[in-house]
Amino acid sequence: MSAEGHDHAMDHEHEHHHKETFITKYIFSIDHKMISKQYLITGIIMGVIGILMSLLFRMQIAWPEESFKIFNVLLGDKFAPEGVMANDIYLALVTIHGTIMVFFVLTAGLSGTFSNLLIPLQIGARDMASGFMNMVSYWLFFLSAVIMICSLFVEAGPASSGWTIYPPLSALPQAIPGSGTGMTLWLISMAIFIASSLMGSLNYIVTVINLRTKGMSMTRLPLTIWTFFVTAIIGVVSFPVLLSAALLLIFDRSFGTSFFLSDIYIAGEVLHYQGGSPVLFEHLFWFLGHPEVYIVILPAMGIVSEVMATNARKPIFGYRAMIMSVLAIAFLSTIVWGHHMFISGMNPFLGSVFTFTTLLIAIPSAVKAFNWITTLWKGNLQLNPAMLFSIGMVSTFITGGLTGIILGDSTLDINVHDTYFVVAHFHLVMGISALYGMFAGVYHWFPRLYGRMMNKNLGYVHFWVSAICAYGVFFPMHFIGLAGLPRRYYTNTNFPLFDDLQNVNVLITAFALVGGVFQLVFLYNFFVSIFYGKKAVQNPWKSNTLEWTAPVEHIHGNWPGEIPEVHRWPYDYSNPNHEEDFVPQNVPMKPGEEVLHH
Amino acid sequence: MTSLLVIIVLVLLAVALWQLTKIFDLTQVGSSTDTSEIATDKDNNVQGYLMFGFLAFLYIFSIYGLLKWGPLVLHTPASEHGGEVDNLMNITWVLIFIVQAITQLLLHYFSFKYKGKEGQKALFFADNNRLEAIWSVIPAVVLAGLILYGLYAWTNIMFVDEDEDTVVIELYAQQFKWTARYAGEDNVLGKANVRLIEGVNTLGVDMSDPYAQDDIVVSELHIPKGKKVHFKMRSQDVLHSAYFPHFRAQMNCVPGMVTEFAFLPVYTTAEYRELPYMIEKVANINALRAKKSAELIAKGGTALDPYAFDYLLLCNKICGASHYNMQMKVIVDTPEDYKKWLSEQALLVQQVKESKAPAAVEGAVQVDSLKGNDTTAVVKMAMK
Repeated sequence: MSAEGHDHAMDHEHEHHHKETFITKYIFSIDHKMISKQYLITGIIMGVIGILMSLLFRMQIAWPEESFKIFNVLLGDKFAPEGVMANDIYLALVTIHGTIMVFFVLTAGLSGTFSNLLIPLQIGARDMASGFMNMVSYWLFFLSAVIMICSLFVEAGPASSGWTIYPPLSALPQAIPGSGTGMTLWLISMAIFIASSLMGSLNYIVTVINLRTKGMSMTRLPLTIWTFFVTAIIGVVSFPVLLSAALLLIFDRSFGTSFFLSDIYIAGEVLHYQGGSPVLFEHLFWFLGHPEVYIVILPAMGIVSEVMATNARKPIFGYRAMIMSVLAIAFLSTIVWGHHMFISGMNPFLGSVFTFTTLLIAIPSAVKAFNWITTLWKGNLQLNPAMLFSIGMVSTFITGGLTGIILGDSTLDINVHDTYFVVAHFHLVMGISALYGMFAGVYHWFPRLYGRMMNKNLGYVHFWVSAICAYGVFFPMHFIGLAGLPRRYYTNTNFPLFDDLQNVNVLITAFALVGGVFQLVFLYNFFVSIFYGKKAVQNPWKSNTLEWTAPVEHIHGNWPGEIPEVHRWPYDYSNPNHEEDFVPQNVPMKPGEEVLHH
Repeated sequence: MTSLLVIIVLVLLAVALWQLTKIFDLTQVGSSTDTSEIATDKDNNVQGYLMFGFLAFLYIFSIYGLLKWGPLVLHTPASEHGGEVDNLMNITWVLIFIVQAITQLLLHYFSFKYKGKEGQKALFFADNNRLEAIWSVIPAVVLAGLILYGLYAWTNIMFVDEDEDTVVIELYAQQFKWTARYAGEDNVLGKANVRLIEGVNTLGVDMSDPYAQDDIVVSELHIPKGKKVHFKMRSQDVLHSAYFPHFRAQMNCVPGMVTEFAFLPVYTTAEYRELPYMIEKVANINALRAKKSAELIAKGGTALDPYAFDYLLLCNKICGASHYNMQMKVIVDTPEDYKKWLSEQALLVQQVKESKAPAAVEGAVQVDSLKGNDTTAVVKMAMK
């Protein structure tokens, strides 16, 4: 490994003399740090669109009969004549909100940003294994994002059959207008997205396995790298299955095959489809769909572990248990998909199996939560904004995770399936938690990304308002779900039975609006700090990991001289053998110094 | 309009707060150094107390929610198995609340208690196998209990004994309405396929099937109290989900296959309306509706009808633009009333006959000639 490291160093020294044009530096860059920023900015833009959509449909639910000028302005005369939202655009908003947030923000935005930034820097590599493939990965992601945005402007409206795009609804334009061109674009966009994700993931896996610097054994990797590595493996295993589902759906839609369709009578005629099953699609979809939630949450967990240890000035508690639990979660995540399908019509015996595997996954999750809490115990907590978001992530992960015990239990799922209870559960456990993980990452590594600091006071305001609003939105939502209110209803006014839930819905929307508006604080802080933030010192958080040994200014190849060699694990915080409360990984062991951890 | 005002106020409030933080920032300009954006002891102190405050917020908000919104949730199950579901649900809730209360307490209290101070060092505490074992084994044991109870209940609910004496009813889903087909005297549904849909035979029932001769098709669902009802579900177009919240029952309706769910109603509609919780709930809803009616009348609209409780069947799988209004009234009758109601309904075979009145005689003869055919009554579920 060391010889290889040397070779790389030499190569890169030569590369320093290459002339960089604007295009190779800022657009078609093959430098992982620039690609990381590209992912982050694209993710943030998509996030703004996704959250804005959720605010629009929350307003519709809270005040279903009102007319809002803003609906007309944003949705146009066709979908919001005189400011009253139409029922099919409501479903389109819900669908695209889900798609954007899950895939474009929390998969590409989160994994893409931090895997790209941190994998080479934290393992001590000059760049990704294939810088070119990394660039292609980003640009495919960008292309898929552009296509997804374009699909919002087709005449019949964007895809509207929910982010899960279950056929036959997603296959038949007769069933809903959004299943026409809008759905075609959705499928094309996702196919490209998957190609992008696979290229990225393969690159991350190869880089972690092959390009670690001297001394960086697998059990000295920071937990961030472990989670990015395992996330990439899950992605490679499960994303192709979604691709196959999308391709088969394209066949059914465009070439008359019957993979997912059978015995359909719609708009006054019998269609020719025979012998397919929508349940097959559900299996294929959730074979990705469930691992997908771990693809979203694992990187957030890694970021939180790292940020928490650094700011608690304490080793992450149970480093090996954390790795084991990540591996256990990754393995189990591929055999629990059926818990989305308890009442899909599949054999109830399968329901029993999936209940069993699903509740098993609670064990490694519990281990993680307890380890984080123990990491705080007797720490010397530096409550920076990144640390607050990490603590907040553990809080929402626990709150949201606990209700998973209800949804994962087939018997209890019967009555809460597809109600607002589910919406509350998954938004807390993977939506808000992953978003907090992403915010923690941005606040923590901003100095590494842009060489400047973000404003901490704006960060504090951002966190506290978000924390209150997140609970304000999703805590009451459990109750309306338990009252039997189905999700994805354009209005509940046709059910007097639900009239007493309306006030709760207004409250939820109020919290959502305040929380949404306050994300502007983050956006302001982020973009202004890029240009006007205070200049960062090299290692502002006094962290142990290698990325802080590289110079503040970004250079090709990351380190000007040789790549640092690693002599210890990344969590030697407050090590009693050392004066300082942190000992970076590249500090050699003192003569006779013992390793104080397992 | 008021809501627009509310939004404007919220936005202004946000802007005001934002401005305040900027002023706060400006006051700190003097102390601007490279590390000024890193938490100081003062920050740790303030944020630590806020963490403690947030713990209070979580506790108070939870208790407030339980008191204020707790009464809104579904209560007293109207089906036999519903008792078991709710029982398991309540046990799970108790566990969840205990774990939630303890873990959030520890998390936020530690965040407050161990807020950092300059020059202080944390405890180097890297791992402890015994602790890891404790918090792996305890959840494992508790979850094992929940899994066993859950699986026992699930098996009881989902596996319908074919020999059991049940009322067989087909639930037929289409965009955006429900239809029910009763199996009639023989308690066996006639074969059906969407390719046979024609005129009044909107469910595509095979009128040549002998089992179809006594089938009854209606748009309002009546079921008898105290007898297990075995629903067989079909859909003609897209996925739908038959959701009976009060009966703790739900099953998807899938084009191309028959799905099933069975439950035994234990309260008639009249009895359920008289439950104290339901009386209170309906009174509350009607108070809200009266208030809204007053507003509507003031605006020159018409008043809302007062609400009386009825069981409902809702569609709970996104099925198209009008998904939000795909519902069916469900009425649980006493067995006598049920029998009486059913006897008043016209047979499908008659309706079909009437609709093609002139040519009907021939059809009847044909049906007779097919009686001896050995036909399986219902398409077996794909799962079997």
